Amino acid sequence: MSAAGSESSVNAPVKVDGEGLPLWLLLELTYRCPLKCPWCNNPLDFDRYRNELTTEEWVDVLRQGRELGALQLGFSGGEPMQRRDLEELVGEATRLGYYTNLITSGMGLNEQRLASLQRAGLKQVQLSLQACDAELDDRLVGADAYAHKIAAARAIKARGFPMVLNVPVSRYNIEQAPALLALAEELGIEYVEFANLQYYNWALLNRSDLLPTREQLTAAEAVVAETRARLGRRMTIYFVITDYYADRPKACMKGWGNIHLTIAPDGAALPCQEARVIEGLKFPNVRDHDLGWIWRESPVFQKFRGESWMQEPCRSCPERGHDYGGCRCQAFLLNGDAASTDPVCGKSPHHHLIEEAVAAAMVGRSQKRLIMRQRGLNVA
Amino acid sequence: MNNNVGLQRTDIVEIDPTFLFRWEEPQRAYVLLYPEGLVKLNSTAGEILAVVAQTVAVGDLLDNFIAKYNNPDIEDDILTFLEASNERGWVRIKR
Repeated sequence: MSAAGSESSVNAPVKVDGEGLPLWLLLELTYRCPLKCPWCNNPLDFDRYRNELTTEEWVDVLRQGRELGALQLGFSGGEPMQRRDLEELVGEATRLGYYTNLITSGMGLNEQRLASLQRAGLKQVQLSLQACDAELDDRLVGADAYAHKIAAARAIKARGFPMVLNVPVSRYNIEQAPALLALAEELGIEYVEFANLQYYNWALLNRSDLLPTREQLTAAEAVVAETRARLGRRMTIYFVITDYYADRPKACMKGWGNIHLTIAPDGAALPCQEARVIEGLKFPNVRDHDLGWIWRESPVFQKFRGESWMQEPCRSCPERGHDYGGCRCQAFLLNGDAASTDPVCGKSPHHHLIEEAVAAAMVGRSQKRLIMRQRGLNVA
Repeated sequence: MNNNVGLQRTDIVEIDPTFLFRWEEPQRAYVLLYPEGLVKLNSTAGEILAVVAQTVAVGDLLDNFIAKYNNPDIEDDILTFLEASNERGWVRIKR
């Protein structure tokens, strides 16, 4: 223990950089969901994917993921409770040594299934909630969901699970931040995440109607700061302002193909959940290739790994090792070129697109109806 | 004992049960896993938390490390680390 004499060493535990391992494995078990959230990050043509992986195929993904060094495992969707084999998959993941996270809307998470999941070794639950009152919550998700969500939250805490309350933030609910935090405190929830929407897929369709104002964000930020100070360690609050109001891009996924691996319902392997929005990429599928090849060698995972793909202004930017040029999906959706600088960056020649989108959202506030997630949407 | 540190020798410490602490072979390190996060510990921090994971009195932990490394000077560093771990919520005093 030679380092013990050095305080800087003993008190600076290493933050995980992945070292090239896919530490985070996210399984989108299904795109099916009873809710119609107008910011859903599933593809616009989600209903065209009907060939979900079987239980055996998911188990094989779990086994291969652990061999590659994955530690954190998310069961997501769609709504993962739609899969009747969720308990079996959680049990297998527990045996393999994952830290298992259930990412759910709470729909279908009844007491019986929660008990089964706990027996299977589930470690934590992330529950989404949109508002503190049934009227707004149900309107935003397009279903009678509020009562189920609150019942699920109470059941989760009654069983002693650590819990993340995930609040997708839009202009409709951001002013409920104080009430949402009070509710989380009352329920004994340890983590609250104000998840500013990422404007891809359904959220991008509805961007001008969802984007909060800067004033709303500033007010919510003040409430968060006050609550953090008051509750201290009892509650961890994550609050990151939407990148549309930032001057620098987010370090998206901590870099493409760096620590994160998503498997879509049909077995497609994605460097992030949204990556399907980038046209022209042929995503490798776990039905055709082993996960090791997909992660280390497949063209898609190599494409934006490291820095060699970067263009100016990223290529010579001193911040490129910090933000990796931002989000490839956003660069594609807004600039039409996935290898370009994320337009959120003030140095991007496309940054005006962000400023214009914000300005348009402020002018056209609530002029149009939200487009709810639905089958067969004719986007054109 | 260091006056800046809130932990007492008689305190029994343990890993907070909402955290998962274990050896991870692909990382060749101890890791702490928690909702939406993970920390890989350096060898020293990992060695200390591996003892905390057994649930232990602070005084016994200190004495064992001092004896093991034959170095009384490490006491303050270990206490500082334990206190920081307590602040971060990784380690808690068992009541």
